[in-house]
Amino acid sequence: MKSNMVKKVYNWLDERYDLTPLIEFARHKKVPVHEHTIWYYMGGVTLFLFLIQIFTGILLSMYYQPGPDSSYESLRFLLTKVRFGWLIRSIHSWSANLMIFFAFVHMFSTFFTRAYKKPRELTWVTGFILLSLSMAFGFSGYLLPWNELAFFATKVGTEIVGAVPVVGPIIMKVLRGGSDVTGATIYRFYAIHITLLPALFMLVLALHLVFVQKHGMSEPEHLANLPESRKKYIPFFPNFLLRDLILWLIVFDILVFLAVYYPWELGLKADPFAPAPAGIRPEWYFMFMFQTLKLLPGHILFIEGEVLGILIFMVGGLLWMLVPFWALKGRPDQRIQPMEFIGVVVLIYIGVMTILGYAL
Amino acid sequence: MELNRRKFTNMLIGGGLLGWLASVLYPLFTYLIPPRVEEQSLNSVKAGKVDDFPPNSGKIIKFGRKPVLLIRTETGDFRAFSATCTHLDCIVQYREDTKHIWCACHNGMFDLTGKNIAGPPPRPLMPYGVRVQKNEIIIEKPTNLG
Amino acid sequence: MKIGYTSIFAGLFLGMGVLLAQPQDDEKTSYLQQLVEVDQCVACHIEEEALPEGLHENDIHLREGLSCAGCHGGDPTSDDMDIAMDPARGYIGIPDKQEVPSFCGKCHSDIRFMRRFRPQVETDQEVQYYTSRHGRLLKAGDTKVAVCTDCHTSHAVFPASDPRSSVYPTNVPETCKRCHSDSDYMAEYKIPTDQYEKFAESVHGVALLKKKDVGSPACNDCHGNHGALPPGVTSIGQVCGNCHINNLQYFQKTKMAEEFKKMDLHDCIECHGYHAVPPTNDEMVGVGEQSTCIDCHDEGDEGYKAAVEIRAMLRNLTTAIDSANTLKKQIQIIGMDDLDIEYLLKDAHQQLIHARTVIHTFDPKQVEEKTKTGLDRAKEAIQLALEEIEEYHRRRKGFLFATLFTTLLIIGLFIKLRQIESEQKEDAHRREP
Ligand code: HEM
Ligand code: FES
Repeated sequence: MKSNMVKKVYNWLDERYDLTPLIEFARHKKVPVHEHTIWYYMGGVTLFLFLIQIFTGILLSMYYQPGPDSSYESLRFLLTKVRFGWLIRSIHSWSANLMIFFAFVHMFSTFFTRAYKKPRELTWVTGFILLSLSMAFGFSGYLLPWNELAFFATKVGTEIVGAVPVVGPIIMKVLRGGSDVTGATIYRFYAIHITLLPALFMLVLALHLVFVQKHGMSEPEHLANLPESRKKYIPFFPNFLLRDLILWLIVFDILVFLAVYYPWELGLKADPFAPAPAGIRPEWYFMFMFQTLKLLPGHILFIEGEVLGILIFMVGGLLWMLVPFWALKGRPDQRIQPMEFIGVVVLIYIGVMTILGYAL
Repeated sequence: MELNRRKFTNMLIGGGLLGWLASVLYPLFTYLIPPRVEEQSLNSVKAGKVDDFPPNSGKIIKFGRKPVLLIRTETGDFRAFSATCTHLDCIVQYREDTKHIWCACHNGMFDLTGKNIAGPPPRPLMPYGVRVQKNEIIIEKPTNLG
Repeated sequence: MKIGYTSIFAGLFLGMGVLLAQPQDDEKTSYLQQLVEVDQCVACHIEEEALPEGLHENDIHLREGLSCAGCHGGDPTSDDMDIAMDPARGYIGIPDKQEVPSFCGKCHSDIRFMRRFRPQVETDQEVQYYTSRHGRLLKAGDTKVAVCTDCHTSHAVFPASDPRSSVYPTNVPETCKRCHSDSDYMAEYKIPTDQYEKFAESVHGVALLKKKDVGSPACNDCHGNHGALPPGVTSIGQVCGNCHINNLQYFQKTKMAEEFKKMDLHDCIECHGYHAVPPTNDEMVGVGEQSTCIDCHDEGDEGYKAAVEIRAMLRNLTTAIDSANTLKKQIQIIGMDDLDIEYLLKDAHQQLIHARTVIHTFDPKQVEEKTKTGLDRAKEAIQLALEEIEEYHRRRKGFLFATLFTTLLIIGLFIKLRQIESEQKEDAHRREP
């Protein structure tokens, strides 16, 4: 009976849209199996967390009222008067962080397995854009509760933007909606966070996913060179998908655990006229940049240290986005491959700076 | 045997799925049900019916986190002021005998426009707006004060 | 010869002429420039650069139309100095210092004249002045004392309600200080000269001078102004009680107030000081180092016991409020409901403030009435806070329920995957043995 119904719907659609190529595609889609297969799941996990963000974000927007007087109060209302409001908010906050974490893991795993190589250059580029957008999500969302930490972190963060030569000051003004972080900033960040970024993100994500489908999963070099008969694959459907699902559920469980046992704090309401409290720091994924800027001396040669740091990060980011187009090729017999070396250095740098940021 | 195992797995999945869905949907739906307390509007608050306030009386109304003194004067009109004394933050009250606003802590006195007229309070009480709509009294934050 | 009303009116009339001729808000030419046209005193004194020191264009006399001749006499219509400044034409020039009060009093003591400017104007300043220490010394021939112009200035006179005035509340201390803080000048009077310094640091001084709170008393609010005298021993409580109404009422009903009178002690200031009145704190009561009670009371007497008791009550209440406040903050941070806690704490705080006033009854029972209610409120607040925190932890329980099903589902899917994969293997074997 049930399967009958499904069949009817299928036939109805098939008749009109010819689903055969889709089905064929799904049937033949396969995923290589080797010791690095685990990394194929990271993009999926990031995607799953993004879906959770969309979902919980919509729920939050039903009670959240942006505004210097209302942001904090409406969240307090959500947390104290709306049933499970605390849970939804806590999940949104935790999932945001996990999503960015997994996007980083995903990026480095594709970097080290060199999945960015031809023909997947644009997959990498769109991926990088997705990570940047994710961080923009994080930055804009951080301010929305209008609590002490958020207020001052946003002040500092936008100040850094303002230090960019030439265009910095005007971008800062546009971001802040004035020369200072005020209620106007909340409205802007809110608009960016719930309309601009999701729209952009979904567009780029669609491209990213289409590219991935188009090319199928990349195979690490040593595997790609093997004769067809010695390669191992599993079908995407249902084998890989089931594994995906199981992993998603595990991530979900961890997420809910974190959200319930370590609920995201509301903090104290921001008072723009109060002196900055001690311990103002950005979210962890900005820490390595923040810490670098802090450690740079006031002046390097003729240029301000902070400005130089920002320029270096901008150039570095651009180079990183364009990795597929300049990737160095080592000789196969070389023990240390140049790109691997670069990746490790970048990882260590980010790691050390982040730890320093929390330790100092 | 084989079939039983399969049935068992399917049951496990089905049961797990149902339970899981319930544990996700329950918070979801209760979240969507509007909470019993009306969402606090930050700019106005309902104080009650006109008839609940006899002339020449006053009552403290909670305006979010701020206490507000709602007064019905002898002549029957309504006025509202921040009830936090400008001296040391005690809560002021309406005195039916003197027809003034009075702070018991140090005998501070305010007239019916909120002006400090005696005792230590250094500043007037901030006035709130009062609107009567269909027999219902609504206290409003003065719009010109942020 | 004294100048009569005629010349004052002449002055007024001239001023009016200017006002009518030139719209007052035409600020392009200065007011003095406008006066040049009609007033020869002004014309000549500008030319000779001999305008009086400190002359302010908006001086109230000048603006009300009372030009030079209005006070100094003479004939402002003549450009001949000898005629204009002819004593026969009422010219009196600069009055002697001893003459100043009557010089100003000519108008200011005359209600019939003054009334036209402000119906409820006071005209007793001159009379009051001669009752003051300043006035009495002046009469006795001491010209070092302050006369009208020393406080009000001569040519930059404003109503006391105008912030530009030398006698606007926030400016009064500076004005008095000019003489009273000058130890050389004051030496012969053998009175202290540190009043300003002390006052500036006091609760009143900080409120008035730093916060610009004109509700806070300046020198004249306690000493009077025209009738300035040190407040007498008997009136000092009344002086403070002007603002600190409750404190005075409580105090006056105590046994201590009577004893003070007998012992010639000065009410409030015995504990609070006078010019240097420091902000009060709870340590002032009790038997600790900062206690003022033990200045008189000794261990074993009733007052000593009361002091100990009252101090303990206050301490209990403040500690309870402090811990409730800490909890409240914690609750705000974790995002639980603190609204009712806040209202309870407001109430507790109010009881504390009230108790601190009731201290002036020196009756532990009356203080306890307040502190006990306060303590109850604070305890309720703490209770509520603890409940909120408990609730915060309790809501974790639901997680176990959710995770149970998630785990079941994971296990189910996992087994399913294994089954599918083993079937696939068998299939593959069957196809290509
Ligand atoms: C932030 C949100 C992102 C989402 C939701 C996302 C999603 C996905 C998904 C679902 C896949 C297919 C499964 C997989 O290979 O893991 C994928 C593949 C890929 N992604 Fe992302 N991704 C994101 C960010 C990034 C970033 C930051 C990069 C690198 C800069 C990146 C580069 C790639 C590449 C090169 C592939 C192809 C991997 C292969 O074929 O082996 N992605 N992405
Ligand atoms: S607190 Fe109101 S008069 Fe002191």
